[in-house]
Amino acid sequence: MGPAELGRWLRSFADAVTDNADELTALDSAIGDADHGSNMRRGMKAVVAKLDAAPDAPPAKLLKTAGMTLVSTVGGASGPLYGTFFLRMATSTGDRAELDAAGFAAALRAGLEGVVARGKAATGDKTMLDALVPALDALDAALAGGSGLGDALRAAADAADAGRDATVPLVARKGRASYLGERSAGHQDPGATSTALLLTAAAATLG
Amino acid sequence: MEAAPVGIVVVSHSRALGTAAAELAREVVGTDVPIAVAAGIDETTTGTDAAAIATAIAGADRGSGVVVLMDLGSAVLSAEMALELLEDVGADPATRERTVLCPGPLVEGLVIAVATASTGADRHRVSEDAAAALGPKRTHLGKPWDE
Repeated sequence: MGPAELGRWLRSFADAVTDNADELTALDSAIGDADHGSNMRRGMKAVVAKLDAAPDAPPAKLLKTAGMTLVSTVGGASGPLYGTFFLRMATSTGDRAELDAAGFAAALRAGLEGVVARGKAATGDKTMLDALVPALDALDAALAGGSGLGDALRAAADAADAGRDATVPLVARKGRASYLGERSAGHQDPGATSTALLLTAAAATLG
Repeated sequence: MEAAPVGIVVVSHSRALGTAAAELAREVVGTDVPIAVAAGIDETTTGTDAAAIATAIAGADRGSGVVVLMDLGSAVLSAEMALELLEDVGADPATRERTVLCPGPLVEGLVIAVATASTGADRHRVSEDAAAALGPKRTHLGKPWDE
């Protein structure tokens, strides 16, 4: 995949964030500060504007631009977290003009490691990692088992959805939601919800 | 040659809060310590921006380093990320290792940090004093904090 495919993925994610902005904000109002949907919508709208301005940028440049744009426009913790995710993907991509399935999976894994380092969270803390970690584990397992990228990304998206749903009973240990302690249980995590949209967008556009 | 004072960077979700906190510190301490504010996404949008923080750190470093005071949540993550973006904004390559992220409270810590920096103290001392900035208030208010 090259700039066109990566651009389609990011645009699809932007559409999904916009379509689900009210839901993301509603989830965030229950346990956070009620801005995840509006923050991510603003950030991804800015990313799309950058894609429109330079649609043929090489993959690493495109991913770095997406990351830096999110850092400067999202505002909440999702800015540095999603920003780091795309910046680490860019670093992993290096100067390659095209990514194959293994290269894309490796870039996603590098992004995940960046999110872990940035947020100092682990699975079970009721964060975006609860969708991202099972998704990338499913992706790697499917690719290792001989699946094509499309099937592997669909497995990843399904795992992200399941991970998102599994955040409901968890007690938050990071971020604003952690101030609520036990009262954060019973609510779906907004960060895991937007991350599931990112994987669904990948399955829809990159398979 | 006398060393330049440590620079201070104020990171807040709110531009109004960050700007006012810096004004308060200048008013209380009255000094030429460089204070840079990186607060809000714009004048009215709440949030923090790691690239803007990196630019503020680069501008506040006069050679003696920088102490960063921040409010909470994404301000902390964005400040940490800013250290990785210093090269991108053209900072002195040595700025990263002479930048200290201070765990002190924003308003009290900022006033103490500026006061300490104005005495010519180094960045570690500035950060330590700012991190202990709730001490006088705790002592004054006494119980229940002492129990």
